Amino acid sequence: MALSREQIAQRVARELQDGFYVNLGIGIPTLVANFIPEGMEVMLQSENGLLGMGPFPTDEEVDADMINAGKQTVTTVKGASIFSSAESFAMIRGGHVDLTVLGAFEVDVSGNIASWMIPGKLIKGMGGAMDLVAGADNIIVTMTHASKHGESKLLPACSLPLTGSGCIKKVVTDLAYIEIEDGAFILKERAPGVSVEEIVSKTAGKMIVPDHVPEMVF
Amino acid sequence: MSGFNKVVNSYEEAMAGLEDGMTIIAGGFGLCGIPENLITQIKKKGTTDLTIVSNNCGIDGFGLGILLEDKQIKKMISSYVGENALFEKQLLAGELEVELTPQGTLAEKMRAGGAGIPAFFTATGFGTPVGDGKEVREFNGRSYIMEESITGDFAIVKGWKADRYGNVVYRHTAQNFNPLAATAGKVTVVEVEEIVEPGELDPTQIHTPGIYVDRVIVGTFEKRIEQRTVRS
Repeated sequence: MALSREQIAQRVARELQDGFYVNLGIGIPTLVANFIPEGMEVMLQSENGLLGMGPFPTDEEVDADMINAGKQTVTTVKGASIFSSAESFAMIRGGHVDLTVLGAFEVDVSGNIASWMIPGKLIKGMGGAMDLVAGADNIIVTMTHASKHGESKLLPACSLPLTGSGCIKKVVTDLAYIEIEDGAFILKERAPGVSVEEIVSKTAGKMIVPDHVPEMVF
Repeated sequence: MSGFNKVVNSYEEAMAGLEDGMTIIAGGFGLCGIPENLITQIKKKGTTDLTIVSNNCGIDGFGLGILLEDKQIKKMISSYVGENALFEKQLLAGELEVELTPQGTLAEKMRAGGAGIPAFFTATGFGTPVGDGKEVREFNGRSYIMEESITGDFAIVKGWKADRYGNVVYRHTAQNFNPLAATAGKVTVVEVEEIVEPGELDPTQIHTPGIYVDRVIVGTFEKRIEQRTVRS
């Protein structure tokens, strides 16, 4: 069975470490916050200028001046700080954020990522995504392995305009956990009940399959 | 002596000197921390051919979105403009130009502009359409593109409290681009929720020192929420 959105987030959450500063993108990455292990301290960074993002507010707590990068009303946790956009991106571009999780349309064997623009469709903008992928050392991309029409999103070379080049090393899809190394996808783990053959058939870029590919356990 | 009294009493006075074709740098992220009343004044004034530097362009009928209604904006320099149907329409009709800029690069362009730094190198955008045509330099084995800084004829800023010296503090995440915009305007106008007595703001807590600020005005704000999310 392919992983649900929650399971993808749950798998990503296993990469968290106590004391990490983490930036979570919109969509599946946001769900990772629900799977931070009990007793682990993680600070969530939101690029509009907040380190230490808390849960959504109660009705009484809602404050128009307190939002996250998705423009949702949020709260702060103990130990939080608030600052300008330049300070926020100094953290991101200066490599101070320990883990960045974001979605994508495509990734390729060279670690390129395309996530912001589909030619012919309206271009809304890249927001902070280009800064995040250029600044972080430890990035996890979450996405479905193939499009609804069955076209692979793990490619020999991205076909869409890039968000960043040579910056992606880890991908969690609904079918597998994959690392990118020396111009190939390395199949590290597979979703429960999903065969290696299925994953390989849905991966357009060169894929290296180790002798043993463990099944994820949830 | 009133050399340091920057308080003005009308929005006409606050935006006096704004002319067609000027560049305005605006603070705010989405609808959070936007100079609502200064934007309304620009609409009233009817100034056109404006270049606006702002992370977003408001929404239909609110924030910078209202300046689209009479086609006052010639060009937007933004990182994300997806919340606005009129924006889309004018863009597709070729009535509006947009220069999409990565959010961190946009913040740094303002910061550098205000600090007298004409350009800087960043890895953001290298190898992407953003890097096309820009100078590339290698530092320590990594490629960087040159980005030029931005200054504006006007900066419009939303603060929380200010004193008559133009010292400003911002509230929560309504800070965002505001302190950067404040440094980068030839004329910087700050509208706030409250003007306090000199000395009331703790000097160690001031976000924008008064040296950057030319005019201060007190206003009332709707503070519309774009995505009201609550937990039960």
